[in-house]
Amino acid sequence: MLDTASRAAGRQRSPLRRPSTPTLVNAGVIALLLLVALLVLPQLLSLYYIDAMTQVAVYSMVTLGLGVLVGRVGLVSLGQVAVLAIGAWVAARLLFATAQPYPVILLEAGVATMVLGTLIGLPALRLRGLYLALITLMLAGALTVMLATVNFPNGGHGFFGYNGSAVHIPAIRRPSIASSDPAYFRYSVIVAALMFLLAALHIRARPGRAWAAIRQSEPAALAAGINITLYKLWAFALASFITGVAGGVMAGAVHYLYSINFPTQDSITLLAVVLMGGAYSLWGAIVAALLLQLLPALLNNWGVSADWLTILFGIGVLQVLTTAPAGLADQAPKDLARLGRLLLGRLRKLTGSVRGSQ
Amino acid sequence: MIEVDGLTVRFGGVTSLDGMSVTFERGTCGLIGPNGAGKTTFFNVLSGFVRPAAGTVRAFGEDLLSMAHFRRARWGVRRTFQTEQAIEGLSVFDNVALVHEHSTLPGRTRRQDVFGAISFVGLAADPSARVHTLAAGERRLVEVARAVVGRPKLVLLDEPAAGLPDEETRHLGEVVRRIPGYTGALTILVDHDMSLVSACCETTAVLDFGKLIAVGPTAEVLRDDHVIRAYLGTADV
Repeated sequence: MLDTASRAAGRQRSPLRRPSTPTLVNAGVIALLLLVALLVLPQLLSLYYIDAMTQVAVYSMVTLGLGVLVGRVGLVSLGQVAVLAIGAWVAARLLFATAQPYPVILLEAGVATMVLGTLIGLPALRLRGLYLALITLMLAGALTVMLATVNFPNGGHGFFGYNGSAVHIPAIRRPSIASSDPAYFRYSVIVAALMFLLAALHIRARPGRAWAAIRQSEPAALAAGINITLYKLWAFALASFITGVAGGVMAGAVHYLYSINFPTQDSITLLAVVLMGGAYSLWGAIVAALLLQLLPALLNNWGVSADWLTILFGIGVLQVLTTAPAGLADQAPKDLARLGRLLLGRLRKLTGSVRGSQ
Repeated sequence: MIEVDGLTVRFGGVTSLDGMSVTFERGTCGLIGPNGAGKTTFFNVLSGFVRPAAGTVRAFGEDLLSMAHFRRARWGVRRTFQTEQAIEGLSVFDNVALVHEHSTLPGRTRRQDVFGAISFVGLAADPSARVHTLAAGERRLVEVARAVVGRPKLVLLDEPAAGLPDEETRHLGEVVRRIPGYTGALTILVDHDMSLVSACCETTAVLDFGKLIAVGPTAEVLRDDHVIRAYLGTADV
């Protein structure tokens, strides 16, 4: 008894202070990937793929937001593309109306989306699972209909900033330091990295622990003194903020926004790729964004219809749900390690037999 | 001290608790009864998951039932669950810290208090280990550590030893007995293991079909004719 107590006390300094080896490896990998994305990719890729990768950066934020909701808290939202549209709309409106610096606009778009997205999240306090998914899908549908009538701002006047009879439509501006496509790609990667940092800070702190408890068991969370209402709303607020910022980045990336670019059913595809990428890890969000944006670009370039992806994603979700519930981000490293061991074993056997025959 | 008066809980046509009145003074108190007697329902009322149809509960002079459920934990109600509910995705440390950071205690004592609770329950596992890697007995101890951290006033243990081997049950009994001394909290233990209840509890109350049928010193209660009949049934029925 005393022995275990003193052992536990002796270990007091070990956890959570000194970063462990996996943490350092993780940090190294992140730094390397960021460097590659910022310095190597813009040199290497054609403008076509740079545009695609900018979309990957934008959608990695959207999948990150959905990943927080689904993977961390267990709230299934089927309205995230509508939330993205809100962010894009607000950013576009402000970019046309004011000369504020781009980062300020992104922040404002994020905050405005956070407020609206949290309102969408209000039913989440009473609903769970299928019903929550359904209600968010309905709200997203309603928003799509609204957007189709209101339209995205195109430099017109009034609250909506839309001028239906405009012949020459001005492009949505980009930050002056990132007006070219490669520069804007770098800009998007940095904004996305900041959003990932924001999410990681949440997950490692008080809200992350509270979300883990809520996801596993609401009674256990309540018994621990967690205000479930508050932390669920917090999750919606964070996800909406991140998605709103993504919308702001998207506005600059595409120059012209149309409501047909935000169809309701895209939110369903979004959930599918988040599940395939891995909802429980931040890496999963990046994998999901690659699946959602890079894969269609590749297929288009190869002359294959991107419609095949709908089928592929369907099979992918089935595969993930039956064999790899933590998604590709969890499964791929394990499979690669297994493959490596297998090849190494074969190689050893081969060299052994070669030596044996000599 | 907790005073329960006329507590009644109905689920549709089923009366789970039927005018239960009892006072638990201090120390570790047992609450026993056959399956479906209303023991867990009583805990659910205390932790706020179930709203009673009638009755009052005063705990240390405060009206417990008027508090929102998550506030009760902050005030000092802690509980474990029949099916163990340690949070799998978090480390041992975070599991216990989670309760501490939602209590009224200051953050600067958190590390010390959390490690204190972990060593109090005698958990030898690495505090930074994820809970899903632990054995069943260790997960139970994590849950008990969550229940004793952050100055609780009322600790409710719902069959903490269910499914554990004898050796671990004995260790758990040892821990449960020391909870009032360590925390100063009134501890209520629900269990079917009578040797555990007699080892831990000075007083014991017995529920049967939602009614309190006996309360008093544990040894006397376990000899009580009504209690034996409730558990074993009678020949003349």
